[in-house]
Amino acid sequence: MTKDECKKLVLAIIADIAPDEDLSNVKSDVRLRDQLQLDSMDFLDIVMELRKRHGIEVPEADYGHLASLDSCADYLTPKFDALAAKG
Amino acid sequence: MNTRPHYDVAIIGAGLSGLAAGVRLAHFGKRVCIFERHNAPGGLNSFYSLGGRKYDVGLHAVTNYVRPGVKGTPLGRLLRQLRIDREELALCEQRRSRIAFGPRGEVALDFTNDFAVFEGEVARVFPAQATGFRRLTDLVRATIFSPDAPVVSAREVVRRHISDPLLEDMLLCPLMFYGSAREHDMDFGQFALLFQSILLEGLARPLEGIRAILRILLEKYRQAGGERRMKCGVARIEARGGRATALVLDNGEEVTADQVLSSIGGPETAALIAGPGTDAPPAAAVVPGRLTFVETISVFSCQPAALGWGEETIIFFNDSERFTYARPDGPVDVRSGVLCIPNNFDFGPGRELPEGMLRVTCLANYDAWAGLPEAAYQAAKERWFPAVQASARRFLPAVGDAVLAAATLATDMFTPRTITRFTGRVNGAIYGSPEKSLHGRTALANVHLCGTDQGLLGIVGSMLSGITMANKHVLQKAEG
Repeated sequence: MTKDECKKLVLAIIADIAPDEDLSNVKSDVRLRDQLQLDSMDFLDIVMELRKRHGIEVPEADYGHLASLDSCADYLTPKFDALAAKG
Repeated sequence: MNTRPHYDVAIIGAGLSGLAAGVRLAHFGKRVCIFERHNAPGGLNSFYSLGGRKYDVGLHAVTNYVRPGVKGTPLGRLLRQLRIDREELALCEQRRSRIAFGPRGEVALDFTNDFAVFEGEVARVFPAQATGFRRLTDLVRATIFSPDAPVVSAREVVRRHISDPLLEDMLLCPLMFYGSAREHDMDFGQFALLFQSILLEGLARPLEGIRAILRILLEKYRQAGGERRMKCGVARIEARGGRATALVLDNGEEVTADQVLSSIGGPETAALIAGPGTDAPPAAAVVPGRLTFVETISVFSCQPAALGWGEETIIFFNDSERFTYARPDGPVDVRSGVLCIPNNFDFGPGRELPEGMLRVTCLANYDAWAGLPEAAYQAAKERWFPAVQASARRFLPAVGDAVLAAATLATDMFTPRTITRFTGRVNGAIYGSPEKSLHGRTALANVHLCGTDQGLLGIVGSMLSGITMANKHVLQKAEG
């Protein structure tokens, strides 16, 4: 999986959680919290949707890696690849 | 040998909090079942059919209304957490409401979903209090609801800013009527929450009322794979070692669950645990509420506007020098109350309710209604219906008795006895116990409260309560 593909999956989750947010101009290197109105309940939902849709586990200690789209991609892409390798 | 059905989570009660919790849990793959004793969902915000008509109970208006684009408020959080589109809910705003005090409502404060209107009214009617009211509003805006905040008297806090007892009562009246389980006073945290949800945010409803909201929740729950058993209450919670081990249903069947969310109330849940065959530790003091209501409903052949009642949505009224929010000595206290005209929401061009309706709610005494033999009970309803309606009509533009009678197609009235019969609430106490369990704790480690006695009130509050408790006690735990 490329990092861009990973970002798209994360954006798709955010679009479902927060349909009232405009996601057309989200900057990859800026904290999501600083450009979108997302609270802690929303971040918990991102984590839970990752598990539900993709089987990806994000332990609480790693929540900080979900701060921006870039950091999401850096952190999640290897997890997606590892899962794909397992088949 | 264990063939009892097992769930990750069992939810007691298909009211708004139980349904909202169910939607969250089922969405995230939990095996969940809601057990509801009644044949209709909704709990304290439900509906019934009579003479070919559907009547809402509970819901006058959805509080916490904010317009699209206003973010970070309870309504937005609720919609996101339940994945509900705003358009799906189709909330329609109130026209205008009023707090009216005095024998004929001589002192009146109008309010709409634009807070500036109410601020202007307070400054106009109570010019000397305007500065204090602004300070109080700032304090309310800065108050964030926290389960760990100490209980503080709302009257004491309000008096620091408002010196006129009339304005103090006029501010407390709508907030108490729309959510206080405590007599005479309320907790300032609850006051701030209700002030935000009614005055700073606002009132709205879907055209179809509560049924529209219930339909959305039921459909989401079903799609997510949630199970629901109607006409199947929980008769007993068996416990061992401080944990629930099984639920015994009304039909004698047993089910097991890792976690139980109970929306039926604190004292009502404690009573299930205290049943025979359990060895649970004695429940923490769970005080039943004492506040209950009667409501009269009149259905008209015309729109209320044809009677001159087309402008105002809700009127909170009080005819006496002071406002008394307490269990009355007699069956009903008609001195104060809430009247609601559900037609007077702005449903949009060409959209209206098919018939006119007037609902009037007054404080009542449970014991005065509960023990009456059937004939005396019916007689009491016949006696109190006109008294309640006459009291409320003093605060509406005058309509002759003959005109009103000619327009009236049907009437109904529910009493504290009706409330207990259909919801199981002790004392008919729709706002539950005056002592809330904000963390949702009960005597058992895996049984949690949601809904009224967890402390969040109103339609939006009850759904958020179910969401918060499902997150805190089930979903977030699974994360750890």
